[in-house]
Amino acid sequence: MNHSAANDTYKLPPKLFDARCKACWLMLGVLILVVASFATLNLQWAQFWSWNAAQRMGRFLGELLHPQTSTVFVTKVLLATLETLAMSALGTLLAVLLGLALALPAARTHAQDPARWRGTTRLLLNALRSTPELVWAALLLIAAGLGPFAGTLALGLHTAGVLGRLFAEAIENAAPGPSFALRLRGVGEARVFLYATLPQVLPQLMSYTLYRWENNIRAAAVLGVVGAGGLGQMLAFHMGLFQMGETSTVLLAMLALVALVDALSYAVRGALSR
Amino acid sequence: MPNELPAPALMPTRPALRDPAWAARVFWALAGLALLWPAVVLTEFKPWVLLEPGALKPALNFVGAFIPPRMDAEFLGLLARETWRTVAMATAGLTLALLLAIPLSLLSVRVLSLSSLTGRMAMVPSVLRQGVRWLLLVLRSVPELVWALVFVRVVGLGPTSGVLAIALTYSGMLGKVYADIMESGDAHATTNLMRNGSGRLQAFFYGLLPQNAGELTSYTVYRWECAIRSSAVLGFVGAGGLGQLMDSSMKMFNGSEVASILLVFMALVWLADRMSAMLRKGLA
Repeated sequence: MNHSAANDTYKLPPKLFDARCKACWLMLGVLILVVASFATLNLQWAQFWSWNAAQRMGRFLGELLHPQTSTVFVTKVLLATLETLAMSALGTLLAVLLGLALALPAARTHAQDPARWRGTTRLLLNALRSTPELVWAALLLIAAGLGPFAGTLALGLHTAGVLGRLFAEAIENAAPGPSFALRLRGVGEARVFLYATLPQVLPQLMSYTLYRWENNIRAAAVLGVVGAGGLGQMLAFHMGLFQMGETSTVLLAMLALVALVDALSYAVRGALSR
Repeated sequence: MPNELPAPALMPTRPALRDPAWAARVFWALAGLALLWPAVVLTEFKPWVLLEPGALKPALNFVGAFIPPRMDAEFLGLLARETWRTVAMATAGLTLALLLAIPLSLLSVRVLSLSSLTGRMAMVPSVLRQGVRWLLLVLRSVPELVWALVFVRVVGLGPTSGVLAIALTYSGMLGKVYADIMESGDAHATTNLMRNGSGRLQAFFYGLLPQNAGELTSYTVYRWECAIRSSAVLGFVGAGGLGQLMDSSMKMFNGSEVASILLVFMALVWLADRMSAMLRKGLA
């Protein structure tokens, strides 16, 4: 593919269409995907843009403008917010424990390490990770019943998959010098990990954990819509009963929580990077 | 500071066996436990509930029914249709999100300001740009699941509400990140064009866009992958796709159906991951 002219200084511009242009074919594929998606979904735009729907939407929004502010209800919402926070914190803690337990067999720590369980644990971590929290919560409801416990476990399982993989990568990428020195002196694997690898990777593990905790607060807020506790459960409950005042208060609490977490993480990240 | 250490011969014969950080360690461990306790109470964390016969038996029955997953032609056909619907919802939602995000990010990008070429940005455009940023913040801080709950009330069950939910949340995310990407790059070419009399759109198409096109497409493809994951979940509130199928199978305690849906789901997530990696490499 040489578009150069006879003289080197003046190159011809590339042809407008080139059958070997990979990006063009990919763009065509994306375009076909988009058109096919809109064509097959039979979206009810007529219904959405109809006067009827607009009226319903208007009424809905109007009702949302009057949040329920009685002390009893606000206390309940605050409690649910705390519950959401507790779910995310405990779920993340469980995920750290389970993730670390799975990351150890999933990491090849040195060249002679047979790492027999590496493939199996990685498969397990992938399975944990690719099932979203909400699906875990719905599955766990059968065993754990309605309430925040199922949500906590769901957050823990999904996050364990995410963190386990990140932890395993961090452990594998740790500088091999210190652990090699200890291993050379006949120190056992457990103590090599505790005294050589862990101190090295701990800051990284902490930052992964904090990042996932931030994600989990957001996830915990909505997990409840399948019945797994927290603000989401209240939202689904009151919206199901068309109690718009209560719904509006819960929504406001949810937005405030998300905005607060965003602002805090922004501030912390700014402080850490300075 | 190896020089300050006393020679080995001068070391005390019995070094102190006590951990100097002992008090601090105990304090932080206790403080952690004290913080953990309310969390355990609030989340009703009772693992033994899982082992009670009343909970254990249905759960084991349900999981036992996972094998074999339901594989007959009728169900597989349904599964294929819902999987396509999930992908289509994500794609359509992201397309609509793009239609909203591109103008909003153009409105909020500070590099494309004519007044800031000569000193500070004028009052009105500055306020407008901040306003658009706030709008993007609101759009993305409502989770798509909540938007879907709202739209299911207004347009009824089905993929329309899912598409709208994805469109709104993702337009907020895309718009914000597009603006950030365009502002973080080198603004020299763009400002130069504008200084020499080109319009803002011209400066965008000939300066800002070509410079950041790779990063912008890569982020869009990544978000498409995320949209597939979230559109699969949106079905749980009645917005169609795999989630709705799983919700109904789960309500009937049909373990073998749930197992096949889960397998398809994992395959879909894996495939989207591969596709997105390939597209990002191909389009970069």
